[in-house]
Amino acid sequence: MLEVRGIRKVFDGFVAVDGVNVTVARGDICAIIGPNGAGKTTLFNCITGHLVPDGGEVRFKGQDIAGRPAHEICRQGIARSFQRINIFPRLTVFENVQAALISHRRRGRELFRPVVGLYQEETLALLDQVGLAGEAEAISGTLSYGYQKQLELGLALASQPDLLLLDEPTAGMSIKETRQTIALIERIARQGALTLLFTEHDMDVVFSIAQRITVMHQGRIIAEGSPDHVRNDAEVRRVYLGKAQ
Amino acid sequence: MQRLPWGLLALVAAGLLPLAGSRFYLYLGTDIAIMALFAVSLNLLLGYTGLVSFGQAAYFGIGAYTCALLMMRAAVPFVPSLLAGGLLGAAAALLFGYFCIRLTQIYFAMLTLAFAQIVWAAAFKWNSLTGGDTGLTGVPFPAFLDSPVRFYYFALVVVGLSLALLRRLVGSPFGRMLVIIRENPERAEFIGVDVRRYELAAFVIAGFFSGIAGGMFGVFNHGVFPDFSYWTKSAEVLIMTILGGMYTFFGPAVGAGILLSLNMLVTSYTEYWPLVLGLILAALLFLFPGGVLGFVEARLLRRHHQEARDA
Amino acid sequence: MGLPDPSFLVIQFLSGLTAAMFLFLIASGLSLIFGVLGVLNFAHGSLYMLGAYLAYGVVAWLTNAPGKFWLAVLGASVGVALIGGIIERTLLRRLYGREALYQLLFTYALVLIISDAAKLLWGTGQLSVSRPAVLGGSVPVFDQVFPRYNIFLIILGPVIALLFWFVLHRTRVGRIIRAAALDREMLGALGVNVNRLYTAVFVIGAWLAGLGGALVTPVVTIVPGMDVEVIVNAFIVVVIGGLGSFWGALLGALALGQVMSFGILILPRFSLVFVYVLMAVVLVMRPWGLLGRPLGR
Repeated sequence: MLEVRGIRKVFDGFVAVDGVNVTVARGDICAIIGPNGAGKTTLFNCITGHLVPDGGEVRFKGQDIAGRPAHEICRQGIARSFQRINIFPRLTVFENVQAALISHRRRGRELFRPVVGLYQEETLALLDQVGLAGEAEAISGTLSYGYQKQLELGLALASQPDLLLLDEPTAGMSIKETRQTIALIERIARQGALTLLFTEHDMDVVFSIAQRITVMHQGRIIAEGSPDHVRNDAEVRRVYLGKAQ
Repeated sequence: MQRLPWGLLALVAAGLLPLAGSRFYLYLGTDIAIMALFAVSLNLLLGYTGLVSFGQAAYFGIGAYTCALLMMRAAVPFVPSLLAGGLLGAAAALLFGYFCIRLTQIYFAMLTLAFAQIVWAAAFKWNSLTGGDTGLTGVPFPAFLDSPVRFYYFALVVVGLSLALLRRLVGSPFGRMLVIIRENPERAEFIGVDVRRYELAAFVIAGFFSGIAGGMFGVFNHGVFPDFSYWTKSAEVLIMTILGGMYTFFGPAVGAGILLSLNMLVTSYTEYWPLVLGLILAALLFLFPGGVLGFVEARLLRRHHQEARDA
Repeated sequence: MGLPDPSFLVIQFLSGLTAAMFLFLIASGLSLIFGVLGVLNFAHGSLYMLGAYLAYGVVAWLTNAPGKFWLAVLGASVGVALIGGIIERTLLRRLYGREALYQLLFTYALVLIISDAAKLLWGTGQLSVSRPAVLGGSVPVFDQVFPRYNIFLIILGPVIALLFWFVLHRTRVGRIIRAAALDREMLGALGVNVNRLYTAVFVIGAWLAGLGGALVTPVVTIVPGMDVEVIVNAFIVVVIGGLGSFWGALLGALALGQVMSFGILILPRFSLVFVYVLMAVVLVMRPWGLLGRPLGR
């Protein structure tokens, strides 16, 4: 479904991503791991249109999407959540997700009907799915970090994507929150037959749900394959896993 | 208490103004009504979309010149001329906006300013069309509105309709998209919103209503002059918008009322209106960041919450 | 008609340079304040005007003292620097947490207040200051003449620019200032007293504006309205050059100076609009100005 070939991104002489290939098939749950600065977020940014790659190509469902504007890529069926919280903080939780639905269903062109009750049921259903049904009227910026992360997820899901990119979905969470989030993500992926590509730092998370893992280091891929294969790869151990597992 | 239709009440109250029998207040009322429309149209960009435009006066001036020229040189009746003023304002906004929205923040603001100054200079120099620096004088009230009272009511109708339309707009899905663009343009992109297209649309709509306001003002003023597009006009309407409260719909209208009334009051006592305005503006920025209406709403909200808690 | 007289062209060019030097003095202060504090100081032109009025005041007060002009320049620039410091310390500082638009509007309020205050103090008439005797008279340029004082200004400009550059790039203070322009929060975390730095930068900017105002008094009549005229041009200069860019301010000033000087010759009917067209063209082609960097969100 997603084919990334030879992606290269350079910032002022610093090579953030150097010739990266990633292939994700429909229905897969894939993870990209690597130490800080390995280029994971930059790679994501190149895929989702936030950055224009300096080289290489990105094909999604057969179409070439590299360098296209972000909103177009989103319409093709890719959705993304962000590492840092990236929501609409002064709107309520309900309004956040409702806005995403309005955009997805292309109702943003409507000028004359009131927006207030639009997509009431669908929005609440989505909030329920990500565990935020009780917080619908809360101002999203005042929620706890964990809830905001769930809202991030909700925003990404609202566009009914085929491919979901999650950038460090459990960053900054407690162990309990992490487990809840992972269970949630896994459930959603199976339910919606979503294809999932995520980056993570937490190794337990990665090894528990990922089917295929790609390891990045300093902008390049150093290993790729099933969790077992990656776990036992010498280079990966040296660079990333450090002491014996 | 909040559920009262404030807009409608204000309109009714405004409708009673002529009964006071004073030409002076009628004049002030017409001025306020027109500038209120101008300010609310700017706020579509500023408060709702988060675009700080320093050049809204461009469309005000274009609307004024278009309307007056059509009426005086081509004998076009008032209402079509007025609409033409709005449409030309919108067209100019489309042209200028296309370039402006590619920029961000202060660069965006400066480009809007540059375009407005170019409009001003064109009006200033194009003697044959615009009358140059002497402007277009002797713009008459149309025959069916030949008295200040009639013109005042007409202005109320035009402004009332325009504000009602704009209110509908900001409460619509389109308006919501503008708000999320203001809140977090990056995130808006990532839920599929073509930010540039929406910003341009808002720009054009604001240009249309600014043009209507300009057309009305030119006739009201019995004259159209280049400084309708000078940057001080843009600054004036910007201050009105913020004074009244840019995060509320009627805030800018309230701001227009307060600013023009204060202006009238102060200039009758002293020539140092800029000094007074500067002091008021500074006080506003330090003490009432939400503008007058923002302050009032916050107070009402606090009382409402207290009542809800005590109940 | 034939080609214009070359010496005439040279004079125009030199006039353009003179204008550019003033613009540079104002624009560099403006750009510096924006780069470090993130505030677009609309009142910068008012500080310039205060420098002019104060210089006039000092000269009038010193009547026949020798070197009164230079004392006036010193006094006026320092005076304006002090005023700037007080404004920043007591008022502007309270608005730092707010949106940039509020800070800009506050500086606009300052423009209104200072402009009327100047009218109250010095009246609305036109004032002028005579050139210092040592720089009086003119020098021949081909077969025309050009005021010696203006030559002094043209030389002074690059001197100040170099001095500026030296301080920014070769001293510790300069390095801190440049770092502040790039990342304010980091600097605070490193133990630099950011508040004091802000005040210092504002004071330096104000000093430059006051200096420009004082130096311009023999060349231009001191009138109400000179504040607005200069700030609009200064804005255009920094936007063309790129906000926060030192060399951009110089480049923009030079460009604007020549456009104003020659624009009047080429198309006198449209001279009004040239500077705005220049700004529009630059911004359309280079959205961050000629040498500017993308602004953070």
